[in-house]
Amino acid sequence: MKKGTSLGARLLAAPHLVWSAIFVVVPLLVVAFYAFTDSSGAFTFNNIKEINNYAGTFALSIWLGLIATAICLVLAYPLAYFISQSKFNVQQTMITLVMLPMWMNFLLRTYSWMTILENNGLINTFLTWIGLQPLHMINTRGAVVLGMVYDFIPYMILPIYSVMVKLDHSLVEACQDLGGNRIDVFRRVLLPNSVPGVVSGITMVFVPSVSTFYISQKLGGTSTALIGDVIESKFMTSNNYHGGAALSLVLMVLILICMAVMNRFSGEDDLENGRLTV
Amino acid sequence: MKQKRSVLLKIYAALIFIFLYAPILVLVVFSFNSSNSTAQMSGLSLKWYSELAHDSATLQAFKNTMILAVLSAVISGVLGTVSAVGIDNMKHKWLKNATRGITNIPMMNPDIVTGISMMLLFVFAGRMLGKTGVLGFSTMLIAHITFCLPYVILSVLPKLRQIDPNLSEAAQDLGCTPLQSFFKVVLPAILPGVITGIMMAFTLSLDDFVISYFVSGPAAQTLPIRIFSMTKKRVTPDMYALSTIMFFAILVLMLLINYAQVRGEKKTAAKKA
Repeated sequence: MKKGTSLGARLLAAPHLVWSAIFVVVPLLVVAFYAFTDSSGAFTFNNIKEINNYAGTFALSIWLGLIATAICLVLAYPLAYFISQSKFNVQQTMITLVMLPMWMNFLLRTYSWMTILENNGLINTFLTWIGLQPLHMINTRGAVVLGMVYDFIPYMILPIYSVMVKLDHSLVEACQDLGGNRIDVFRRVLLPNSVPGVVSGITMVFVPSVSTFYISQKLGGTSTALIGDVIESKFMTSNNYHGGAALSLVLMVLILICMAVMNRFSGEDDLENGRLTV
Repeated sequence: MKQKRSVLLKIYAALIFIFLYAPILVLVVFSFNSSNSTAQMSGLSLKWYSELAHDSATLQAFKNTMILAVLSAVISGVLGTVSAVGIDNMKHKWLKNATRGITNIPMMNPDIVTGISMMLLFVFAGRMLGKTGVLGFSTMLIAHITFCLPYVILSVLPKLRQIDPNLSEAAQDLGCTPLQSFFKVVLPAILPGVITGIMMAFTLSLDDFVISYFVSGPAAQTLPIRIFSMTKKRVTPDMYALSTIMFFAILVLMLLINYAQVRGEKKTAAKKA
């Protein structure tokens, strides 16, 4: 008899399953319930129909999220490679340095950018001081993307680093021995082997970027309202739970579709690989 | 050629780190500003630090945050470890996959959706029970445990897979009860994973703003929520002072952990030699 897999041992997962059912699955059903009912509790499609008014906001959120994710990827990839090639002690220090800003409250980090980018902020004070024209940076889409890149780039660096550090260096040497140049090494060894890290990095930057509301409020002003802002104000300002629930439901479905498409592209479902390193 | 390339990479890495730390440097510098501007330095002073020490609302929020983080880390740590053992013992593949799917939901969903879904659940349940004002510290605790659990489970599971299943059987053959064999054989082997999970839960809870914001209600404030309500207006540098203190506390903690790791690494290397 195999003692390890007794009924009791298997039942250990039960508390977690019950907990998740009550606090993960049921809440999503409640969101769906609110999305399809009006304030009297009657079934309606109106909340979903009203989403048409926010099509532009959805498009803008996804567009800015995509730009921020792409910039993060381009910036993080070489850095992750550089860190993974360093000596063990240096590696540890640099990874700590990448993680450290994540422990600072992200509201304050974003706020700090506000004081840097403002019309009479630090950059413009400096520019006028050296005799240049001040720039208009705050309350633009560029500032919002900057905030997203700044806040979420560690989530791109860490998973890519964690797959690169596991890469067997003899593969690179083998590629070079077989006559490959640097581009071959990148295209045939580095890139294919780092796909799982890149995929989880993209997920971890894209999801919070698309759904953010604080960054766009602080750095984008009123002209750059994202879908997160609309949802937040529906719940916290106008108390329109039904409309907010409909928007959240659509946001969730859109993100799930994006994820599914990406997992299809990468051909593997290796999310926990990168997630774990954070 | 190679030399030149690595110099370029070094400069590149330095630029990224400057980008990462510039806003933090701004925070730290302006926390010592003698006026209440967060853009113009007018002189050095510790005024904002003493102001902070007398701000009872902020201190209360800080206390709430710490209690919440410790409680949710410990509870999700225990619950997550136990469930990981259960998941590891599951025989049916579909059950395993279904559990994994459910575990992944809070990690895949955007925070704002998790936050409002739980808020709606609590409001809905409150309405069913005929209560208003259900949102508070306990709903926040439930929410934090919920989003921490997956991270604990996913850091314990790989460690469980590495254990030789014969070990716990051997322990039981030698007269241990299943519970004893868990504490004497399994737990020591998975302890690093459990600790990683608890640490992750602690930091996630400490830093969470979006989910707490929706489920907290007016009564219970955490530090991120307090900061949010303050940044709605013009921020005074006492928030900067607070984050400077937190930054250096974390820096010291990280250095200590790093030091312990390097020492542990050296110890195992010495043992092997």
